[in-house]
Amino acid sequence: MKNNHMLKYLSNGIRYDGRKFTEYRDVSVEAGIIKNAHGSARVKIGKTEVIAGIKLEVGKPYPDRPDEGSMMINVELLPLSSPHFESGPPSEAAIELARVVDRGIRESESIDVKKLCIVPKEHVWIVVVDICTINADGNLFDAISLATLAAIKNARLPELDEDYNIDYKNFTDKELPLTMMPVEVTVIKVGQNLIVDPTAEEEECLSARLSVAVTDDGSLCALQKGGEGSLSPKEIEEMVDLAIEKSAMLRSKI
Amino acid sequence: MSYDERVDGRGITETRPIEAKAGVIPNADGSAYFKIGNTWAYAAVYGPKNIYPKFLSDPTKGVLRVKYNMMPFSSGGDRVRPGTNRRGKEISMVTEKSLLPVVDLKHFPNSVVDIFIELPQTDAGTRCAGITAAAMALADAGIMMKDMVASVAVGRVDDKVVVDLNYEEEAYENENGVADIPIAMIPSTGEVTLLQMDGHLTKEQLSESLRLAHDSIIEINKIQRKALKDKYEVSKNEE
Repeated sequence: MKNNHMLKYLSNGIRYDGRKFTEYRDVSVEAGIIKNAHGSARVKIGKTEVIAGIKLEVGKPYPDRPDEGSMMINVELLPLSSPHFESGPPSEAAIELARVVDRGIRESESIDVKKLCIVPKEHVWIVVVDICTINADGNLFDAISLATLAAIKNARLPELDEDYNIDYKNFTDKELPLTMMPVEVTVIKVGQNLIVDPTAEEEECLSARLSVAVTDDGSLCALQKGGEGSLSPKEIEEMVDLAIEKSAMLRSKI
Repeated sequence: MSYDERVDGRGITETRPIEAKAGVIPNADGSAYFKIGNTWAYAAVYGPKNIYPKFLSDPTKGVLRVKYNMMPFSSGGDRVRPGTNRRGKEISMVTEKSLLPVVDLKHFPNSVVDIFIELPQTDAGTRCAGITAAAMALADAGIMMKDMVASVAVGRVDDKVVVDLNYEEEAYENENGVADIPIAMIPSTGEVTLLQMDGHLTKEQLSESLRLAHDSIIEINKIQRKALKDKYEVSKNEE
């Protein structure tokens, strides 16, 4: 029922909120909103709101990569942010979101992990990014990816004492080695229509979804297809074109 | 030595700067945030709605269920690992009990009102900020209440009883130590709905703490009410 009604609407080229198929809701990025985090950002896309915060840790490197630091991304779909989210261990959706955003950043080598080395074989920086949802109204992929990048860009390394313990009171002016901005753009398919920046209501009607991480030079560094339906190669090309086109706008917000 | 000047220069009965806003989470039936200094609490109310698992239901009235959680990046020290912990469970429980005396759920038997409290940033007094935000969220959700609940921590630092300790003050080193007393009250009557304490205190200091807390809670309640009124005034202007 819900689906049929939306399809009828979309066949006239209009979405429920009056947007064009390729139009985003208002996007805003605010960096440095959490004083206790080493880096942080709030992203709003329409009524969707997420907060990303970074805590830096000092740990031992992996034995096979003695001169590289590491990064971990964790998404918390807080029950505070939607009637559909429940307390408890991370859901499939939360894990997928975290892994897709993680891949976008990892595979593009946007963070120069060699620069996260403090003492080879002994001490390296571990960048832990947590993203919490405040209000979930669709397109969490794009919001979380944008918040993650903005928080990484905002981060400053803390001071270390002689035993390599973190001094939580004092920051240096050193930034994290972020070399690129691989932003995620999600396009969904409802009926035969391809639309960007879906609301939660639109996501309920999707047959397929494609999230594309696009680097600054327009190349692709991560893909994730979702949904129960299929996509033709032609549709995928169209979706990727849309993603490349929209990625510049999102990147300019950081 | 006496504690004459507070670590951040505030007066003895002065709270940190407060900011409150209602209706901040559109998906929720009611919501609010409450900031006091660097402590920042969100609260969202969902319900009344069906309760699962069913055996938790009460055929005589609705159930109030609170979940308090610190965001992983919220603390002034190490990352807080996500998931339940003993501290969070206890705070959820005392928060629930601090709100129940004003909430009337007799018209919603076999249902539940869920309150989720999340802290993006913490600097002591988090359960108090959570309770204050939760009361606003309940009112915003239109849940029947006989009054609000507001909360503040009072404490003894060295020889002085002061209002709204921050973390630095909680950890203030002196030979007499520090007593931390989170208090929640029904503002109009001064009835106490949350009272905890750790540290050492004389009976006189406890009486003084309760008196100072009530004064402060009356002021906090004005801010709660203003935030709730503001929400509906904004929507009036938008028409």
